[in-house]
Amino acid sequence: MSDPKTMLRQRVDELLAAYDPATVSATEFLGARFDAGLAWVHFPEGHGGLGLPQEYNEDVANWLAEAGAPEPDRSRNGIGLGMVAPTIMAIGTKEQQEKYLRPLYTCEEIWCQLFSEPGAGSDLAAVATKAVLSGDTWTVDGQKVWTSGAHHAKRAILVARTDIEVPKHAGMTYFLVDMEDPGIEVRPLRQITGEAEFNEVFLNGVKIPDADRVGETGEGWKVATTTLNNERVAIGSGADREAGHIGVLAEKWRKYPAIRSEAAYHELMHWWIEAEVTRLTGERLRQQLEVGQPGPEGSAMKLAFATQAQAITGLAIELDPDHGLLYDDWTMHRPDSTDFLGRDVGFRYLRAKGNSLEGGSSEILRNVVAERVLGLPAEQRLDKGIPFKDVPR
Amino acid sequence: MTNLLYTDIEDALRESVRGAMERHLDPHSTTGIYDEPKPWEAKAWQSLTEELGVAGLLVPEDRGGVGAGPREAAVVLEEIGRAVAPVPYLTSSVIATQVLLELGESEHIAALAAGEATAALVLPWSARPGHWSPVQGTEPVKPVAGAVGADLLLIPVADAGGVQLHLVKAAETTVESLVSFDMTRPLAAVTPASGEVLATGDDAHRAVEAGLQAGAALLASEQYGLARSCLETTVDYVKNRIQFARPIGSFQAIKHRLADLYLEVTQAGAAARYAAATLADDDADKAVAISVAQAYCSDVAVHAAEEAVQLHGGNGMTWEYPVHLYLKRAKSSQLALGTPEKHRQDLGPLVNITT
Ligand SMILES: Cc1cc2nc3c(=O)[nH]c(=O)nc-3n(C[C@H](O)[C@H](O)[C@H](O)COP(=O)(O)OP(=O)(O)OC[C@H]3O[C@@H](n4cnc5c(N)ncnc54)[C@H](O)[C@@H]3O)c2cc1C
Repeated sequence: MSDPKTMLRQRVDELLAAYDPATVSATEFLGARFDAGLAWVHFPEGHGGLGLPQEYNEDVANWLAEAGAPEPDRSRNGIGLGMVAPTIMAIGTKEQQEKYLRPLYTCEEIWCQLFSEPGAGSDLAAVATKAVLSGDTWTVDGQKVWTSGAHHAKRAILVARTDIEVPKHAGMTYFLVDMEDPGIEVRPLRQITGEAEFNEVFLNGVKIPDADRVGETGEGWKVATTTLNNERVAIGSGADREAGHIGVLAEKWRKYPAIRSEAAYHELMHWWIEAEVTRLTGERLRQQLEVGQPGPEGSAMKLAFATQAQAITGLAIELDPDHGLLYDDWTMHRPDSTDFLGRDVGFRYLRAKGNSLEGGSSEILRNVVAERVLGLPAEQRLDKGIPFKDVPR
Repeated sequence: MTNLLYTDIEDALRESVRGAMERHLDPHSTTGIYDEPKPWEAKAWQSLTEELGVAGLLVPEDRGGVGAGPREAAVVLEEIGRAVAPVPYLTSSVIATQVLLELGESEHIAALAAGEATAALVLPWSARPGHWSPVQGTEPVKPVAGAVGADLLLIPVADAGGVQLHLVKAAETTVESLVSFDMTRPLAAVTPASGEVLATGDDAHRAVEAGLQAGAALLASEQYGLARSCLETTVDYVKNRIQFARPIGSFQAIKHRLADLYLEVTQAGAAARYAAATLADDDADKAVAISVAQAYCSDVAVHAAEEAVQLHGGNGMTWEYPVHLYLKRAKSSQLALGTPEKHRQDLGPLVNITT
């Protein structure tokens, strides 16, 4: 075969010829794109990829964008696309890959993340939701909280306690869950923004076939870390210059001379540079990661992203006080997508507050950088080596 | 140096106001205002005006008030900030009252002091001392604080001689509620109208200016009270929230953050107190004190509320925990009566530092 780029271009052209984006539905097009190995070219053949280096994804995306082809909707299925897919690909079984990746990619199946619990947020390894195996079926009981998008998800990733006799990290297992199981109850949990993007999820006797376990029993922590590292890269990345909050603010600055002032100008430029440097660092990280799984370094990017999102949206409110004093809508509703850049400035400011919590808080990410990247001695642990059942909670 | 402490009388005043706020407000009903807007919480406001009589603190006894002053009003505002109380104290009992005081008006001011009526100064809520323009034309003025539910509107209208200050009964014009970032101090669009002319020219200008100065000086105390409450609530939360088998407040990363915040809040208290004192004494350093207090306390309140949200973790992001009420009030108050950036700009020339 000639060089991969030529081959890919040819495949893209064939795909576009067979499935005209102007006439077929997004679902159908994405399905065909998956089957052609053009979903994520670095995945193996048969799973939406062609086993090529990751860098070619960008070419494919650019060509398809030029042709007006749809992309999977990250604002609806960010967890599926950004976290579940790489985890299933890296650790899942062949059957799981075959069954779940395609509908995930086409967004026919939306995923949510059943990790956090009232007593296990930063300390994810403290999850108490328990899963018990009988025959080849697990039964799960417990409560999850702050679960984004659980109200429109078809499936979930779950970490649960499968052994209380061993230290906490060793007694967790990772599962794929059908959200339509009758034992699952999803209750809206209203947010600071007025809407309920996240939920409380109650699990009462939820059944999971053992075939939907990811990784070995007791290896849930390791699998969850893979997911979280992907989540952090997914949250922390924005590819183009001015792609994030800074772009929204810069556009406003260009359009409305009335909001300009010298002091604000320096602040705006300060944050513009921060955003640009983070973009470049993220790009470099992506280039380093072309093969393999993201490591703890991605944590630093998510940290920078959260800090900037909060500072820039705060500044945006201050720049136009008579507008910043207002809000677009406090009405409670359950959105079916997440868009950090959506709605008005007040919403963006409030929503950005979650960026330093979701997917690992900024404090935890600083610990990850300090301990796992810089190799600083770990904090003394009171729960090390103690069976989970004996840990003070 | 001006006395920056509290008198015994002020301590007693604080206690009664705090008691009243605790009796008549709870975070869940305050949050309810975001779904079912109302101008203020009637019971809390009644208690402040009728039981405690604090609406008349700035007003001399011979004009129907209590004959106290800005120091005492500042203490009330600290408690209002602490409770994120939805009451029109700052807009009516401080700003509008100060405007009328300056004019020597005695009829309406007695009604305000007694809590029988409330009033609002009709300017955008971002207007600040030395930087505001009288209302031009017929377009609604917005966003105006304290106008929703007010009986009387003080409208500074542009005329050939500069400003004419009109007293307009709310029923005689249109006050349209706006969806506000902070629904505990709801904003409105007010259609200009003419009414009784209270003053013109320099007199009118001076009165509006005095109202804005008093507002900016004393808003700092509300911000301080809010910040302090955020600090206390958060300290309490991190002492009790267990993660990694220990209270999260035992992590130095959190201790240091809260120690820094303590420093900021303490300094905000001093700045706010100084602004109130210079206002009370009509001190020559008043303008400096106000700009310092506004530039400093506005940001401290926002920072304290932001730290509170973050350190409450996912709970801080919910509607259920009251932390969000503080963030919304703090962020809006930062914009009210001039942003910190504007106050820094105003301060420079006063202390002979210019670009
Ligand atoms: C908008 C949003 C969406 C979310 N979506 C999901 C989801 O879809 N699925 C899901 O499973 N979870 C979700 N979460 C939950 C999120 O992962 C947790 O909120 C987060 O892990 C923090 O846990 P916590 O809320 O229990 O805070 P806590 O762990 O109680 O922490 C409180 C504060 O203490 C700090 N802290 C904790 N430990 C330390 C330490 N060792 N050193 C220094 N500081 C520390 C934290 O950083 C935080 O500021 C979401 C959260 C938000 C806000």
